[in-house]
Amino acid sequence: MQFRSILAATLAVAFSTAAYAQEFNDPAEFKKQRELLSTKAEGPEGKPWEQHLGGAMIDTAKFKKDGPHTICFSNAGVFNPWRVVGLNNMKGEAALQKDRIQELVILDAEGKDDKQISDIQSLLDGGKCDVLIVSPTTTAALTPAVEAACEKLPVIVFDRGVNTKCPVTYIHPVGGYGFGITSAEFIASKLPKGANVLAIRIVPGVDVLETRYSAAKSIFDEAGINVIGSEFTSSDRAKTKSVVEDYINRGVKIDAVWMDAGDTATAALEAFEDAGLPYPVISGEDQQDFLRKWQKENLVAIAPSYPTYQWRTPIIAALDILDGKPVPGPEWNLPQPAITQETLASYIDERMPALHYSLCGCQELPGYPEQWGGK
Amino acid sequence: MTAISDTARATRRLSLRNINFALVIFVVLYAAIVVLQPNYLDAALFMNFLRRAAPLIILASGQLYVILSGGFDLSMGAVVTLVVLAASMLIGGDPEMTWVVIASLYAMGLAVGLANGFIVSFLKVPSIIATLGTMLLVNGLALAWSGGAPRGDLPDNFRNLGRLVLKDVPLVGSLPIAVLILVVVTLLAWWGLHATAYGKRLLAVGDNPRAAELAGVPVKPTRISAFVISALSAVTAGILIGGFSGVSVNAGRGLELQAIAACVIGGALLLGGRGTVVGALFGALSLFALFTLLNLLGLPQALRDSLQGVILIAAVGASVLRHRRST
Repeated sequence: MQFRSILAATLAVAFSTAAYAQEFNDPAEFKKQRELLSTKAEGPEGKPWEQHLGGAMIDTAKFKKDGPHTICFSNAGVFNPWRVVGLNNMKGEAALQKDRIQELVILDAEGKDDKQISDIQSLLDGGKCDVLIVSPTTTAALTPAVEAACEKLPVIVFDRGVNTKCPVTYIHPVGGYGFGITSAEFIASKLPKGANVLAIRIVPGVDVLETRYSAAKSIFDEAGINVIGSEFTSSDRAKTKSVVEDYINRGVKIDAVWMDAGDTATAALEAFEDAGLPYPVISGEDQQDFLRKWQKENLVAIAPSYPTYQWRTPIIAALDILDGKPVPGPEWNLPQPAITQETLASYIDERMPALHYSLCGCQELPGYPEQWGGK
Repeated sequence: MTAISDTARATRRLSLRNINFALVIFVVLYAAIVVLQPNYLDAALFMNFLRRAAPLIILASGQLYVILSGGFDLSMGAVVTLVVLAASMLIGGDPEMTWVVIASLYAMGLAVGLANGFIVSFLKVPSIIATLGTMLLVNGLALAWSGGAPRGDLPDNFRNLGRLVLKDVPLVGSLPIAVLILVVVTLLAWWGLHATAYGKRLLAVGDNPRAAELAGVPVKPTRISAFVISALSAVTAGILIGGFSGVSVNAGRGLELQAIAACVIGGALLLGGRGTVVGALFGALSLFALFTLLNLLGLPQALRDSLQGVILIAAVGASVLRHRRST
């Protein structure tokens, strides 16, 4: 019997988060993204999903083709609210351009490398696709599959990149370092030297999240602000609130809370409410619940973003490429704005669900707000 | 003279054996917390600790019924997630809907529990597989229903069940509503298991279902009711978790394994026949004290996970060894 008991305990352990150390602190990339944040965007005013920050243009005349077109999309998955909103944005953009699109074929890899590799293969074998959009699950594993696709048709990669220059363009916002720089510089500007900040993070070992933290950490170190803790909460609100309560109970004053993603920001704030303490300076993200709380409680806050409007861009790029129009490439850097006190009110929409990402650029798309879960 | 001292020794041995091992583990872990952070001795902080531990204790009490009947209930965490998402979508921020919706949440729990029970009793599917199936099913339903992102809102009267702390209560100072609910649920669980004929039947079924059947115990209804109790406790825990921290698609993740671990630390025998509500209570408290202790230590995440594993295995191993010696 005791073996079974130990088995149960082992299972419990196995389910706790696996963590591994990796180097996510690249000073050159940090510097590049810092510069991009202050670069003036080129492109149509008020439509950041069509804009780009510097970089070259790629000639696409050789891909010119008569429409309407079949656009194929191999999606890493829809495993979090960010990707749910993003996918809706992409479908919305396709609906907007429906005259020029025959069909948008979407295969969902459910977060698995091997499934995505075979998804791409079956899209190529089907022979229907005029252009392929890929949002890779992981960089290294998907590189060969993308290289194989490049030989047959124009490929657009977005969100995460791949280790090859063969796609026509790689679309992404400034990036993780940029997110960390924006949020940490704001917090540092509001606090005196020697103040304490608590870092709340989702999971270790994910490139796009680790770079946010490493950037923020270097800025806090530079500004002489103490990072009193860096805690992982797996996006779980109850865990976030408990962790923050434990820090409050330690009796160390928490002047600011820095978050690598905003989905549990309001849970962290509730811990201060329940303890009867004033709110800290906080960096969240562009989710509705955080923005509403910020407005209601007059927080000192900033909402950096990894904007979901980047899901519109691949459709725009795909149609431009098939028209033979030049597009920004081989890297298409999208602007990555943050919501500040000045712009806060314009991003709040009471009709939208709590975890709706406000920088979706979707307000003008067909089906808004119902398609995005709004009323 | 000799006779008296013999009796005295016997009583002492008996009372030592009666102390649940999980209580010892809990006291040791909580003492370690107090060493690091003396203010955890304050009544208010202890109450807050109980408020946070309440859902896990309630889950463990429910899980215990299924474990005693010789099974597992892996669907608990999924039920918690379903409850939190369903509550926010059905209530939609309207406080007048709260009580109606809570009743329908229990109806959902009842349905899941009955489904588990029927699959195990009539289709003869091992409970670990049957409830794994319902876990996936319920999780999938909850995600499909919510579209992958939580919608709606929980009004304050719902949130209060898991969040509100009454101040200036005589004797205890502050009293969270969640702790009140916890006390009621634990007493109910204790009564059902240790003070009724039903409890005896449950133990008999878990110990030896064939013998129990021959002795006239209605094995199938007893098993089914254990799954129902477990699912209803998961609904209660879900309401408290939703109340404590609000809507989240990850609300119930991994809780079923924590509940099983709590029962085992509390001396329950997997595959049934032995276990107590007091054991499950202190098992859950020990587990929660461990989480809190590791938070307070401020170790890096990787080290923390490993340490949690080592301590869990040690606690379970010690608890099991102790029972093997004493029986």
